[in-house]
Amino acid sequence: MAISADVVGRTYPSIPPYLVGREKIREFASAVHATDAAHHDVAAARAAGYADLVAPPTFAIIVSQRADAALVNDPEAGIDFSRVVHADQRFTHHRPVVAGDELTAAVTVDNVRPLGSGAMVTSRVEITTVAGEKVATTVSSLLVRGEDQ
Amino acid sequence: MNITFDELEKGQSIGERRVEVSRADLVRYAGASGDFNPIHWNQDFAQGVGLPNVIAHGMFTMGAAVALVTEWAGDPGAVVDYQTRFSKPVVVPNAFEDRVVPSTALTASGVIGVVDPEARTVRVDLTVTAPDLSEPDTDPATAKELKVLVKAQAVVKFPH
Repeated sequence: MAISADVVGRTYPSIPPYLVGREKIREFASAVHATDAAHHDVAAARAAGYADLVAPPTFAIIVSQRADAALVNDPEAGIDFSRVVHADQRFTHHRPVVAGDELTAAVTVDNVRPLGSGAMVTSRVEITTVAGEKVATTVSSLLVRGEDQ
Repeated sequence: MNITFDELEKGQSIGERRVEVSRADLVRYAGASGDFNPIHWNQDFAQGVGLPNVIAHGMFTMGAAVALVTEWAGDPGAVVDYQTRFSKPVVVPNAFEDRVVPSTALTASGVIGVVDPEARTVRVDLTVTAPDLSEPDTDPATAKELKVLVKAQAVVKFPH
């Protein structure tokens, strides 16, 4: 099934609030082998000037992928997730994510580019606190392989 | 932070980091990130969709590589921008002795690509490789190293 270019420019509804937990930061940091004390030790994070544990730079993907789900699961977009390859990813942090942040996020489709029988879908997720403070912008491109690719 | 902005120059190395990777790492990353795509933990499924074997999450590789930068900087909150393209999959074969053991490894190294004195930022350009284990029974020690990330760039901001 072809990817629909009609979704370009569309912004999907925001995700329910995501509360950033200390144990999730510790778990994620351990999973990417990140040993910095600011991910694991609250006293060390506070000594470095943060309100609480600091998330690794790619932690925001948890929130981004929740927002992306609205696009990936939209029947009108026509994305077959079993044929998706992650092509590129970018994180721009307006400020670090710390434990205790209550975040929300929404995905906007920036581009759909046909590629053979498949397509490259570029989308952007704006992550903010529930109070509206900008936290991070993530941009990702998904290559959706066509039937013969 | 660990380092002084004024001493940094384009071309300087920030060092190298090697991370051994097992199937258990991928299960742990799946749980930590919420990305349970079976191509990252089930060999039959991965091969059924045309992959050589189970492959690591691109985001696992991206996350493990940037830890080189955050640990060099001494402040994980200082990475204000980080991007990459995923050029080759990291194949993670099954390896089991009396427990799950590493079957491959990522090697990340970083060089300062740009110093911006106005913004007080540096861009670290990362080179990230893993052995090509796409053929069965390849020895990781002698396999060709492939660049698994390209244009992997992390921007680190220093206080004024």
